Amino acid sequence: MSRRPPTAARLVAVCAALGVFLLLAIAAAVSLGAGPAGLRALLPGSAPDPVARAILLEVRLPRALLAAVLGGSLAVAGVVFQALLRNPLADPYVLGVSGGASIGGALALVLGLGAGAGLPGTLGLPAFAFLGALGALVLIERIATVDGRLTVYTALLTGAIFNAFSAALIYLLQSLASLEQLHAIVFYLMGRVPNDVGMRAIAGLGAFALAATVLLFSTAREFNALSLGEDGAAQLGVDVERLKRRTFVLGSLLTGLAVAVAGLVGFVGLVVPHLLRLLLGPDHRVLLPAAFLGGGSFLVLADLLARTVAPPMEIPIGAVTALVGGPFFLVLLRRRHATHGPV
Amino acid sequence: MDRSEERGGLPLAARGLDFAFANRPVLRGVGLDAAPGRVLGLLGPNGSGKTTLVRILSGVLRSYRGSATLGGREVRDLRQRDIARDLAVVPQESRFGFPFTALEVTLMGRHPHLAGLAFESERDVAIALDALAAAGAGDLADRPVQQLSAGERQRVVFARALAQRPRVLLLDEPASFMDIRHQVELYDRVRHLAETESTTVVTVLHDLNLAAEYCDDVVLLRGGAVLASGRTRDVLTYANLKRTFDTEVYVDLNDLTGKLVVLPLSGRARALLE
Repeated sequence: MSRRPPTAARLVAVCAALGVFLLLAIAAAVSLGAGPAGLRALLPGSAPDPVARAILLEVRLPRALLAAVLGGSLAVAGVVFQALLRNPLADPYVLGVSGGASIGGALALVLGLGAGAGLPGTLGLPAFAFLGALGALVLIERIATVDGRLTVYTALLTGAIFNAFSAALIYLLQSLASLEQLHAIVFYLMGRVPNDVGMRAIAGLGAFALAATVLLFSTAREFNALSLGEDGAAQLGVDVERLKRRTFVLGSLLTGLAVAVAGLVGFVGLVVPHLLRLLLGPDHRVLLPAAFLGGGSFLVLADLLARTVAPPMEIPIGAVTALVGGPFFLVLLRRRHATHGPV
Repeated sequence: MDRSEERGGLPLAARGLDFAFANRPVLRGVGLDAAPGRVLGLLGPNGSGKTTLVRILSGVLRSYRGSATLGGREVRDLRQRDIARDLAVVPQESRFGFPFTALEVTLMGRHPHLAGLAFESERDVAIALDALAAAGAGDLADRPVQQLSAGERQRVVFARALAQRPRVLLLDEPASFMDIRHQVELYDRVRHLAETESTTVVTVLHDLNLAAEYCDDVVLLRGGAVLASGRTRDVLTYANLKRTFDTEVYVDLNDLTGKLVVLPLSGRARALLE
């Protein structure tokens, strides 16, 4: 296969195509679901139906937008952690932030903060989870910094150990929790897109995710150089320490926020970057923005499935992403190997 | 090749260079002088500090004592990007985490010359294709580097360094996995750069015959210290080689070039000497 090096025109074309795909996914998520409310209720000239309108604009639309932001964040975090670790098998959870976030979230639920009205009820869980993520971020950064340098492999090992430790801590919390709390913790950790996040919070999250993605995108060519190793990147003029630190912090913040809001939604951060790399090549100038849009689309569609497969039940979105993403990914990988040899 | 950027070489020098990894000294008082238009060979047994020296001279390791200068300026005070605009490194071994093509890897050599987010221009692509051809890797342009053999990969990495259009070229065993034809082609290209663009070249090598054939000057390192340095014909002697590598070698002169020929001697052959 002859692949020309990417150009600005290619970046624009890829973003336009994936942007349209994301809009279509959101439109589908808004118009489909339990009950008769359809996109028609929003068309001018049709009989006004306030209930349908409310379902579409105040329930489904925010949820679809939130799913898009979360999916985009996780996919971008996946791309940059893979670049940082020079390993296509890394995912956003590999460096331990997710462990910290889940401890925080589980703790909030045991303390009874995750339910009911009022500020503690709506904000308590994500706030605790995000604090947990920040704690993990600082701790792992400290441990992995040797002589002023962030040692990526120490970070990886520390992250793995910290995740195992946090799993143990969560078992402990679960054993202390009431049956109802236990149920809430299990569902939180499985990953779900919550219904109760307001539009302003979603806009804030979206703005942060976009800003972090733009900042990471500004070092896209440095991520390419990093695939030559840390020495190789430095010898091409990259300030490697600065790049590693920025990437670790921004990727961890993206991951931490996503886990704080939605729990452990797996596979997005692994499958989407991989899929896009197979389709578009490994250049981060195209891959990074594509991951934001592609990850968003993936999670919007996964959440749509989670809501509509067995109404009125909702299956956890984490189960959907794993059940759909896993086999799809394996098929793709096998097909790719058959035509191009091992990658 | 496009010569519009021809800028001549820069001197690269070290004085009293000391370096230690976790209190284990690796370099002790190393001095060297690499001049524009000349090829300097860095020779020594495994673990004698050659690669560490390359990493210091390219700005990767900055906690050295003594002095290392590029164009008269202290390396530890230079920004990595400014170093990379003048100096390119061909490392010993390259592993790639992602399936970039050979052309994409070569284009990475343009990184220090490009502004923030820019994509490579037509001119950058032309420079990269030229570099691939000059490195004998023109036919590999579209191949993913992960699928190349070690010797092919070394040619691509050499092309990347050429695409950087360096004034100083630092090579760390650039041809260790290449067949003899590609080894000779690489060093012919290196000599050509030194002679026509007065590029400064420093190369680590284990092949003493290649050193004798291609290097103007040689530095012999042993245990992190310089054992001998100077003109190749003065330094590459039987006595110096024996002291540096701690083994007997057979030294002769090449009838064709008058340059040194060094052959290894097996244990049985060495026994005959006694």
